[in-house]
Amino acid sequence: MTTTTEAEKRRGAFSSRTVFILAAIGSAVGLGNIWRFPYVAYEGGGGAFIVPYIVALLVAGLPFLLMDYALGHRYRGSAPLAFARLRRWTEGIGWWQVAICVAIAVYYAAVVAWSIRYTGFSLTQAWGDDPESFLMNDFLQRAEGVSFTVVPGVLVPLALVWVVTIAIMAFGVQKGVGATAVVFIPVLLVAFTALVVQALLLPGAVEGLDALFTPQWAALLEPGVWGAAFGQIFFSLSVGFGIMITYSSYVGRKTDMTGSGLVVGLSNSGFELLAGIGVFAALGFLAQANGVQVTEVVASGIGLAFVVFPAIISEAPAGALIGVLFFGSLVLAGITSLVSILEVVISAVRDKFELTRIRATLLVTVPAALVSVAFFSTASGLSVLDIVDHFVNQYGILLVAVISTLAVAWGVRALPGLAAHLNRSGSVRLGRWWYVLVGGVIPVALTFVLVQQLITDLRTPYEGYPMWMLAVFGWGVAVAAILFGLLAGRSRWKAGTAVENFEAEHDREDAA
Amino acid sequence: MSGAAVVMMVVSILIVWGGLAAAIVNLRRGNGPGPDIHRDL
Repeated sequence: MTTTTEAEKRRGAFSSRTVFILAAIGSAVGLGNIWRFPYVAYEGGGGAFIVPYIVALLVAGLPFLLMDYALGHRYRGSAPLAFARLRRWTEGIGWWQVAICVAIAVYYAAVVAWSIRYTGFSLTQAWGDDPESFLMNDFLQRAEGVSFTVVPGVLVPLALVWVVTIAIMAFGVQKGVGATAVVFIPVLLVAFTALVVQALLLPGAVEGLDALFTPQWAALLEPGVWGAAFGQIFFSLSVGFGIMITYSSYVGRKTDMTGSGLVVGLSNSGFELLAGIGVFAALGFLAQANGVQVTEVVASGIGLAFVVFPAIISEAPAGALIGVLFFGSLVLAGITSLVSILEVVISAVRDKFELTRIRATLLVTVPAALVSVAFFSTASGLSVLDIVDHFVNQYGILLVAVISTLAVAWGVRALPGLAAHLNRSGSVRLGRWWYVLVGGVIPVALTFVLVQQLITDLRTPYEGYPMWMLAVFGWGVAVAAILFGLLAGRSRWKAGTAVENFEAEHDREDAA
Repeated sequence: MSGAAVVMMVVSILIVWGGLAAAIVNLRRGNGPGPDIHRDL
């Protein structure tokens, strides 16, 4: 029988609590913090949005984060192994999360690749007078439907992203994942702070902040605004799809996980607030430069990053600097998040098949890189990316999160045991309030968000894409992830892997 | 900037960044045992 300590040495681990926290922040702080939060806050009541946002953070985000931490930290495994040790029948949930991570990694790398190119474009303002036309026609060479025409301008940086990421993953948990976070997160913070300062010095910045923070209190009466707050918190914290389970399995057994969770969760929100200030200061400048209201230049996602920001860069003094800082921040935030997504898959493969780090890395990343390059360096890359992203988020991450909370809280009734585990070394004590939030409030709130989106998607084809594309790349990918989870969850573990009797073994070691 | 916007910006900063500062202080004041260190193989 392999003991817990031997398993920890074999699997790898973070060298300290600080490295774990930076890695977890690196996972949570991603593209969505920069390009999604400012828009969601603006649309959700401006300054008033802080109310549902903080409520969602306290009653859903942090409690869910702690559930993930408890699962990984107590059961010392990747998502499938942690769930298998919780109860054998829940293992499929872990594999479902792994499948979701594969789907996300494949397209997420493409956005990082675009950001690398745009960091360079910022120096010459290659988009000229029409950033949207440049993005669609010159850079992505977008085609209707599916096209396998290769776009070299995307292929080269995408291949570069994969080479760098594969190298990081091959170096292991501490020297790869941990070291990347230790370097990238402070640099990201400095670069983004410099961007925000630069944006605040632009004429019109105050009007942008006024648009973001003026409270629309009536918005608090709209259920959709509360749903948006819960959705934003949930998606931006990287909870519910295996990342935090995996990372917390690499942390020392006596680490204060609840105190660490508060730091990670509030760091994520702190960065979002910083992004909101920087983005809206820049939007205020653009609105003033064009003699329009801020509401006319507000955008989110790819439109904000690759259309609106280039317009800001073209018109702002020291625009090239703003561009390098903005797109450089997207690259840094994107790579640390991509690394965390891939670690879920690599860790699961290592646990299941007992492979070396290098073998597992190559087995996971090379096929993922090939699929990524095949789909997203082509003229139809943007359409496929948009569809996969929407459906995997809504009917992958959100759905598996609801199922996992129900399984843990009601199927296994594991919350008291998990709370007791975290309370042994935690600075924040979990009690009945945590059971109520994880077993009641979170599944109800996330189901509300899910149903709201399902109704919209059933009424109107997402973004007007052809039904066959939605069926294949949207519903198809989401359903395939579920089927993979169901099938992989039935596969056997190697004889040396402690699954069934892990809990008793672990409790004995904890007591020692 | 309107007065209401200024107030909400200050409130947001105090809650989120103030909360983060408090969380960091709480973590650093913890008297628990030091973190385990493992080899990364």
